[in-house]
Amino acid sequence: MIQALVFYVFAAITVASGVMVISARNPVHAVLFLILAFFNSAGLFLLAGAEFLAMVLVVVYVGAVAVLFLFVVMMLDINFVKLREGFLQYLPIGALIGLILLVELALVYGSWSFAPEAPLSVATRVPDLAVVTNTDALGRLLFTDYFYLFQVAGLVLLVAMIGTILLTLRSRPGVKKQNIARQNARTKETSVELRKVPTRGGI
Amino acid sequence: MSFLDRAARDWLLTELFSGMAITLRYFFKPKVTINYPFEKGQLSSRFRGEHALRRYPNGEERCIACKLCEAICPAQAITIEAEPRADGSRRTRRYDIDMTKCIYCGFCQESCPVDAIVEGPNFEYATETHAELLYDKAKLLSNGERWEVELAARIAAEAPYR
Amino acid sequence: MANLWTGYIWPTAITVAEIIAIIVPVLVGVAYLTYAERKVIGAMQLRKGPNTVGPFGLFQPLADGAKLFFKETIFPTNANRGVFLVAPALTFFLAMVAWAVVPFDEGWVLANINVGVLYLFAISSLGVYGIIMAGWASNSKYGFLGALRSAAQMVSYEVSIGFVMIAVLLCVGSLNLTDIVHAQAKGVWFIIPHLPLFIIFFISGLAETNRSPFDLPEGESELVAGYMVEYSSMIFAMFFLGEYANMILMSATITTLFLGGWLSPLPFAPFTWVPGIIWFVLKVCVILFGFLWVRATMPRYRYDQLMRLGWKVFLPFSLVWLVLTAGVLEFGGLLPK
Repeated sequence: MIQALVFYVFAAITVASGVMVISARNPVHAVLFLILAFFNSAGLFLLAGAEFLAMVLVVVYVGAVAVLFLFVVMMLDINFVKLREGFLQYLPIGALIGLILLVELALVYGSWSFAPEAPLSVATRVPDLAVVTNTDALGRLLFTDYFYLFQVAGLVLLVAMIGTILLTLRSRPGVKKQNIARQNARTKETSVELRKVPTRGGI
Repeated sequence: MSFLDRAARDWLLTELFSGMAITLRYFFKPKVTINYPFEKGQLSSRFRGEHALRRYPNGEERCIACKLCEAICPAQAITIEAEPRADGSRRTRRYDIDMTKCIYCGFCQESCPVDAIVEGPNFEYATETHAELLYDKAKLLSNGERWEVELAARIAAEAPYR
Repeated sequence: MANLWTGYIWPTAITVAEIIAIIVPVLVGVAYLTYAERKVIGAMQLRKGPNTVGPFGLFQPLADGAKLFFKETIFPTNANRGVFLVAPALTFFLAMVAWAVVPFDEGWVLANINVGVLYLFAISSLGVYGIIMAGWASNSKYGFLGALRSAAQMVSYEVSIGFVMIAVLLCVGSLNLTDIVHAQAKGVWFIIPHLPLFIIFFISGLAETNRSPFDLPEGESELVAGYMVEYSSMIFAMFFLGEYANMILMSATITTLFLGGWLSPLPFAPFTWVPGIIWFVLKVCVILFGFLWVRATMPRYRYDQLMRLGWKVFLPFSLVWLVLTAGVLEFGGLLPK
């Protein structure tokens, strides 16, 4: 009973904050609600017994991705009046696209069917949770059966990273850069010269 | 070889640790704090603190209203009004120092021909209102009476250098 | 009815009592950490530190608390009130909930969960929100700059903290903090094989808790007080408490991961008589002294140097060390289990 109660609390907050994400006027508030939604989904994962996924969700999405999100959104200077210009003009097109999506989803849902052996194969892969911990089970699965897919996912991220670096990297001439190793390598001999200054002679 | 030496120093963070060693050494050194309200530091006899107007040993006030201090005061903190007293001697009717204007330069003391206005050793006269820091003649004279022993000693100590 | 009592109310009451038993010492620890900080830094600068309120100034934290309590709470005009208030509460809350998984002694842990390390990591990565929200909601340039600095800094150093944690976890084979300590009971404390990682973790911990020399988010000389610039009274105190609690938490994490948690330094008679909690507290105090010691010694980093240190020194180094650890464990036949 308690579990059900907790589930409904988490679920209700998740849905409510999801709604707030798209309805909040202030984009920063929207991102904060998004974070709340992430957080509550982590709670739902916990309830489902997937503690590893819950923690990873918090670490990755809340702790890293959403921070950068917030980072960017906070620095945006959005002019809401300008944003709402032509709202009515684009409304029909937007509504049409939404409608098409809805119909497509309904079609997919209507004709969805599981292969009869699918639940069976899932069941065989899941080890007994009493014996193996969540983390262990996931690791075994990821690094055996799905090893190549896992690597490919990593490669995709690597490509994205290289692409980003390539896009933003520009070498500007004449920029002063600090070379800490060279600074540390300086000694008294290489940097200071003691000279005898003759009176009224200068150097 | 010097490269290896340097690399070893860098990687072993010797500079960090030598810095830390210094602060740790200081951690155990005797402290130099003076426990202020209970202990006080040595004051020079030339210290310029709160002002005072002095009297002669027979009780006659020293100030002759020459207004040299008023003239020299760079902050224009001193206001003097003078008039002949009943016995015909020239005295001040009014001698005000705005302590919130004063910059404690000591020129008034330097200029005084009769050692009447002096800056004493007292520096603990903070007040809660501005008005309390607008000193009048009575306040300055009472300061002189309170600090006379020390003021005389300070002037005596400084006498050889004047 | 009896079922309700034994099934729900009684366990809840016990848990609440346990939570109080953790929170109260932590808060007292925070109060006296501020006192210790002033004393230690004072001593290193040849000063005495607070010594007037009570014997040796021991009541100074209470006086400070009372002062903050009676101050006026100021809301800046145009501040985003809700977020402005939530931010310090969040910081304080996160600094407290993280203690749930810290093992103080054999079996002395509120929630002995299997993903304890991840939980700690998740909570510490959430800490940045308190700061970023505070900086944004203050509607102040200083606060905002402080928040931005803090966000970038904490995200950067979490990466190396993560790798260091993984290297330790490789040697344990479990994400459970109690198991980590047990693994050190069987072998040596992880500070011995992983000394460089310990140093990296310590320094990253300084950056993660915004401590000197990485206190750029506060940077009083250029940002006044960074994200805290608009805060006053008790909402400021919440930030303060949260930050110092985070320092103690970071020390407790280092103790658990590298210094063998509640284990005695030498596993024989006179040392093992001392209860584990005492060892744990002593080790935490040693690490905290290190935090204060560094603050008294090091000048503040420049921001680009800070980023360079995080991404170009710590990250590659911890990654190489991680691979090295994995290799040694695999080919030395030392893998756990």
